[in-house]
Amino acid sequence: MEKFETLNGVAAPLNIVNIDTDMIIPKQFLKTIKRTGLGKSLFYEMRYTQDGKELPEFVLNKAAYRKAQILVAGDNFGCGSSREHAPWALLDFGIRCVISTSFADIFYNNCFKNGILPIVVSPENLKKLLDDADRGSNATLTIDLPKQEIRGPDGGTVKFDIDPFRKHCLLNGLDDIGLSLEKSSSIDAFEKKQAAAQPWL
Amino acid sequence: MAKPRTLYDKIWDDHLVHEAEDGTCLLYIDRHLVHEVTSPQAFEGLRLSGRTVRHPERTLAVVDHNVPTTDRSHGIAEEESRIQVETLAKNAKDFGVEYFHERDKRQGIVHVVGPEQGFTLPGTTIVCGDSHTSTHGAFGALAHGIGTSEVEHVLATQTLIQKKAKNMLVDVTGKLARSATAKDIILSIIGEIGTAGGTGSVIEFAGEAIRDLSMEGRMTICNMSIEGGARAGMIAPDQKANDYLHGRPKAPKGEAWDKARAYWNSLHTDEGAHFDRIVKLDAASLPPIVSWGTSPEDVVSVAGSVPNPDDIADEGKRQSKWRALDYMGLKPGQKMTDIELDVIWIGSCTNGRIEDLRNVARIVDGKKIAGNLAYAMIVPGSGLVKEQAEAEGLDKIFKAAGFEWREPGCSMCLGMNPDQLKPGQRCASTSNRNFEGRQGYRGRTHLVSPQMAAAAALAGRFVDIRKS
Repeated sequence: MEKFETLNGVAAPLNIVNIDTDMIIPKQFLKTIKRTGLGKSLFYEMRYTQDGKELPEFVLNKAAYRKAQILVAGDNFGCGSSREHAPWALLDFGIRCVISTSFADIFYNNCFKNGILPIVVSPENLKKLLDDADRGSNATLTIDLPKQEIRGPDGGTVKFDIDPFRKHCLLNGLDDIGLSLEKSSSIDAFEKKQAAAQPWL
Repeated sequence: MAKPRTLYDKIWDDHLVHEAEDGTCLLYIDRHLVHEVTSPQAFEGLRLSGRTVRHPERTLAVVDHNVPTTDRSHGIAEEESRIQVETLAKNAKDFGVEYFHERDKRQGIVHVVGPEQGFTLPGTTIVCGDSHTSTHGAFGALAHGIGTSEVEHVLATQTLIQKKAKNMLVDVTGKLARSATAKDIILSIIGEIGTAGGTGSVIEFAGEAIRDLSMEGRMTICNMSIEGGARAGMIAPDQKANDYLHGRPKAPKGEAWDKARAYWNSLHTDEGAHFDRIVKLDAASLPPIVSWGTSPEDVVSVAGSVPNPDDIADEGKRQSKWRALDYMGLKPGQKMTDIELDVIWIGSCTNGRIEDLRNVARIVDGKKIAGNLAYAMIVPGSGLVKEQAEAEGLDKIFKAAGFEWREPGCSMCLGMNPDQLKPGQRCASTSNRNFEGRQGYRGRTHLVSPQMAAAAALAGRFVDIRKS
């Protein structure tokens, strides 16, 4: 997993609430057996006509946002299915950070497994960041994970919270299966205890 | 005296392998269900890192999302779907995991199969790379969906890295109103709390109306906990759960059964246990519910009408609801019973079980579906549900009424197989999500109970089943 430290990039505004994982990556793209190549299908139904032509009004089709690395979105981003294809598609497009007032649980978890930083901000700060993101080619934000702050184009900063373990894993690009396997002896001990207490399992 | 604990607290405590100082925990996973869509990359990850499946015997694989619901004795025509199904078959074989293929009569939607086989048991932790894993909470299990990276993590370690969620209680009081169902309870709750209302919480559903529900009804409730944003939903196991599980192929037998039952009896929230949030709902006054928008929180009584988004103060939310109405082709003030339908779809891990099919059969027996419908389709949740329905003659009732009677799978709940709405088609569906494009590109979904879908099939539009 790629490390996440500081990111300076264009932020695209997507002020819709309840953006679900079906919107992020529709079902027809879930038939892949790979993690890569989903970026071109990101937000497919909002981004293209049925015959695959770009819809010019969609934010990621506008010249200023075609290389966006940050997404600023409405409440409850990533609700719906558990498909990790949603963060894979975001990452493959080039998005490394999503900012919203809230995220659905599974999507939020999935982001961290793929080096994407989801940031929760207050409704007031979201409004401010949406305004920043509306500035087209000037819509640049700096995401500073070590300092836990977002710096806007006018020098304003927004502080954010993040779980220390998740921060540590992102900063160091850690594979958590490896970390958990280091606790093998605890897992062995648990299994022994459970086999005695609940032999039917 | 020990501190009173919730049902969630008890199961959590009994599965804690390790807790770090910052509260990051390693939780043991008893049961892992696997399907073809969210697992290929996980098995590939194991191969690349030279890892194995720690406990193949705690893992069960089944195909459900991609399978066609027409005759599949000659294989799957669509190439990408076929490759995904074949990939699961190969992975299951290579890693020693039990697998129900598409011609096995035990095959079906993973969340129908788990309980049916007795793989789902009270007090266990259950995960699957599928958000509707919350279904299994109906048995007093801690069950939730995970992403593919976590699927790989569970395959390799039989554990999951977790932080403890908050405890939320949804207390459904009173006797459920006539013509209202488990589906109406859960849709009302989601309408009340919103699709982010349960974020960060595990919901315990309790109260007279929940206790009165069958296991099928309880599964419908827990299934849609995820639509309320909750990590999991659960209901304390009781005699009904025991009766459902007794004699199932993978349920404990003999002495082990008695031992298990003794433990299961302890699985309830203690008097005085703390909940971070409590929501109450009166079941006695519940009407049949229909969704009008593109989020499961967009619900209204069948006797009501499409709301006006201009009544919403928040600008982002107001615009999103206008967008939903535009997508759905509806106008504020339109009566729900005036909405004409094109398709009726009955099935899914929410409402594809035998009781659901019996409820539909009762309403459509001896009648015909309306002439304005393009079609009406019933997809049983599993091969065993199909077999049972046919043994009871339900298939004959459905076919005589004009329904298509299909092979089991996820089908048009998400349309990964050929069962999809066409652009603009309007569907009364017993599934769980009315998202844009969910059932087919530009398709329009209204979520309802099986009884409401059955009545809508006969009328070609929504009807208030309390009046019939």
